Amino acid sequence: MAREGAVGAGVTEMPPRYSEFQRFCSVFFSRSLVLIGLIITVAAVILALFAPILAPYDPNKQNLSQRLLQPSREHLLGTDALGRDTLSRIIYGSRASLMVSAGALFVATFVGVLLGLIAGYFGGIAYMFIMRFIDALMAFPTILLALVIAGLLGGGLTNIVLALGIGLISSFARLMCAQVLSVKENDYVLAGRAMGASDLRMMFMHILPNSFPPLIVQVSLWVGFAILSEAGLSFLGVGIQPPTAAWGAMINDGYKYLLTNPALSFAPGVAIMLVVFGFNMIGDGLRDALDPRLRGRL
Amino acid sequence: MSGFIVHRLIQTVFVLILVSLIVFVVMRFLPGDPILLYLSEDQVRNFTPQQIAEVRAQFGLDKPVMVQYVDWMRGLFRGDFGISMSYRIPVWEEISRRLPITFYLGSIAFVVSILLGIPMGLIAAVRRGKWSDTVATLLANLGITLPVFWLGILMIYLFGLYLRWLPTFGYTSPFENFWLSTRQAIMPVICLTIFATASSARQTRSAMLEVIQQDYIRTAWAKGLKERVIILRHALKNSLIPVVTLKGISLRNIFGGSVLVETVFNVPGMGRLAVDAMMSRDYAIVQGVILIIAVVVCLANLIVDISYSWLDPRIRYG
Amino acid sequence: MSVLLNVENLKTYFRTYRGLVKAADGVSFSVNEREIVGLVGESGCGKSVSMLSVLQLISTPPGEIVGGKVLFDGKDLLQFDAKGPQMCSIRGGKIAMIFQEPMTSLNPVLTIGRQLTEMLELHLHMDKEAARERAAELLRLVGIPDPETRVHDYPHQFSGGMRQRVMIAMALSCNPRILIADEPTTAVDVTTQSQLLELMKDMVMRFNTSLVVVTHNLGVVARYVQRIYVMYAGRIVESGLSKDIFAHPRHPYTIGLLKCVPRLDEAQGRKLVPIDGLPPNLIGMPPTCAFLPRCGAKIERCTYEPWPALRLVGHEHYVSCYVDTQEMR
Repeated sequence: MAREGAVGAGVTEMPPRYSEFQRFCSVFFSRSLVLIGLIITVAAVILALFAPILAPYDPNKQNLSQRLLQPSREHLLGTDALGRDTLSRIIYGSRASLMVSAGALFVATFVGVLLGLIAGYFGGIAYMFIMRFIDALMAFPTILLALVIAGLLGGGLTNIVLALGIGLISSFARLMCAQVLSVKENDYVLAGRAMGASDLRMMFMHILPNSFPPLIVQVSLWVGFAILSEAGLSFLGVGIQPPTAAWGAMINDGYKYLLTNPALSFAPGVAIMLVVFGFNMIGDGLRDALDPRLRGRL
Repeated sequence: MSGFIVHRLIQTVFVLILVSLIVFVVMRFLPGDPILLYLSEDQVRNFTPQQIAEVRAQFGLDKPVMVQYVDWMRGLFRGDFGISMSYRIPVWEEISRRLPITFYLGSIAFVVSILLGIPMGLIAAVRRGKWSDTVATLLANLGITLPVFWLGILMIYLFGLYLRWLPTFGYTSPFENFWLSTRQAIMPVICLTIFATASSARQTRSAMLEVIQQDYIRTAWAKGLKERVIILRHALKNSLIPVVTLKGISLRNIFGGSVLVETVFNVPGMGRLAVDAMMSRDYAIVQGVILIIAVVVCLANLIVDISYSWLDPRIRYG
Repeated sequence: MSVLLNVENLKTYFRTYRGLVKAADGVSFSVNEREIVGLVGESGCGKSVSMLSVLQLISTPPGEIVGGKVLFDGKDLLQFDAKGPQMCSIRGGKIAMIFQEPMTSLNPVLTIGRQLTEMLELHLHMDKEAARERAAELLRLVGIPDPETRVHDYPHQFSGGMRQRVMIAMALSCNPRILIADEPTTAVDVTTQSQLLELMKDMVMRFNTSLVVVTHNLGVVARYVQRIYVMYAGRIVESGLSKDIFAHPRHPYTIGLLKCVPRLDEAQGRKLVPIDGLPPNLIGMPPTCAFLPRCGAKIERCTYEPWPALRLVGHEHYVSCYVDTQEMR
């Protein structure tokens, strides 16, 4: 009976909802390229972590009677000009690449996020100064800046990490600032301030956690570039000091023997490409999976 | 729009000042003793403390930092960038000899990246999911994973030593011997442009994919326009806007790439100069090089921003 | 009055990661010459999807038109390739459509004039000069002041209401037989709403075009529309002449809708009764009537029989319901 006030049977039943995590997984793991990238990256990390166990020889052990050997069963990729096994050096080289990149990205993210938070949250003069400073920093090509800073400070792991890190700050600062600006106007921020939350609390407890997804995507997209930069730097002779194995430096060393022992230059390059490819694919996958606009679509 | 241009000009001036500050701070404070900008390490070792003190006074290193900065800036505007230790000539002379070379190769690389990269990205976006998209995307992804110096070495190996098609190193001005110059330039330019082209393709593709989903594209379909017209007249201009803004960064990356490419191919340009000067601790040159490169990048960004404002009528007509 | 457009059993489904969404599940309606038809229903009921399907404007992954016929001018439009020359000449030329969001429906980097002339050049084969003049004329017709100058302006220089007028001008520029207006007034303020509706009605009479208005706003429907189709969960649940539906609604959903709307001619103090429950999730719909969980008039039969077919209950008045709600009144 269509009486006033008569109501229907109640709420429609909804089928069980996917959790965010399930959705993320279904999108992230759906692309085969991303899966391949994941496998490669994990393999690289394992190589770096377990290098002492996995490498057949000591990478720094010179053996002048075994110089410049062609690839063989004892030395799968041959030996270099000082008799060191190329394969072992490649395995150990993953340490240099990954450590430098991770370190540099850590520095860049830490400083960049801080700068971005301050610039975005406080606005005004702080914003102007910080943004122009970032613009100025961005005027220097990353490799050039890292080359100069590392060269001036001297070689070694810490200095390279610092130098490369400084070169990468800009994109994180910009991203963070844009995030803060877009989030700042959200109601929950206004509500927080109305309740008397301090600026610091707002920044770190509210704005920062909400910015993690794009930040993670950004980091993963820059890992590849960081690895390439590190290789370039060690190729130029700035970077991890010899005799520690580093892929870029190996390419430089092998340059002279291009016609006779192409593997010396070839192999490290392939290694670099694979690892960079792996991280790039993960970055693409993360971006697709975390992009809010793609929610609900495959 | 003129308001926009004026605003950007003022911003650029501000940024240039900050650039000079960064160079000043890095070159003076990092090596420990700024005297190294004026004396080589040998000289520092061999001079007596009194002589070193004289040099300090001569170059104003005993004055307060702010005064040093102002003096230095004054010198820059006069064209005085200092004297190179290793080449024994004014820094500006060496830089002005090398800058055109890097500029020449870099410009070609930049133009190629636009002419090749943007259509690639366009096709990949429009034919999304089909084989042309897969190929283009794969190539673009390959382009950003290649270590540029390694590619250079491989190309030297293949085309220079093995096939003997191209000369393996060196540089000749196109005005002297065009054919030789071009043959020498092919490989370096390819190396320089690979990353930029791949980047352009990727950016254009994702910009296009976003634009294609916009409401106004649906309106264009509803009006009965054909696909080609919609892509070229409606979608392209909109997707170029974000791509153009990223072109300034691309130029900066090309300069960065030239550091490696010029070393591999033995091209006497700015990048090579920076590396050689760092190796020989010729800090005066290093200072000049990074300053000039940063200034060029800033100015290029300014031009890019102005052209972007011309592309986007929302900025042109407020 | 002859039939211009006849949609039979249209089915458009969307594949999402959560399942198959049957946005339009057997929709049939028709549009005659010189008439204004309304397609009414709440958000998500499939009305926009149905109209987009007529012009094959559905984005094909994830959506797909899986069945039905769209008969126009003696041909089934669904047989044509979505991007092919036949559909392109029909869109804009014979059947035009305007959309809900005037702010984003116009291309920001092209002038209004260009966006008008390209249609005129395409469908009416006008040359540039003639097209430009006609464009200015059209702008004047829809009430844009100073049209000769405004023709060179960009969309961001117009207000929302004016942009919608421009959209109307664009849609009618090539004298289409049918104009589909998808929620044309939802994104503008109330005053502009009535202006736009008057404009559309006026234009439609002047150009001898039929109009299909898709909306969730019953007020719009009441004043301007001659025939109504009520949609729920992807199907038509009631259809008929406007005056019949308003005077004697038969489907419990329609009845519920009308009870939500305040009326000027009733006593003050009547409570507005919302329809209880939430809109249905279109994934995994049971075969029974979709309105069942929210229905106040359901009987035993509704719980085990499939969704009822449309049956005739009056002059051109169809209802998809097992219950004879007229008895209950």
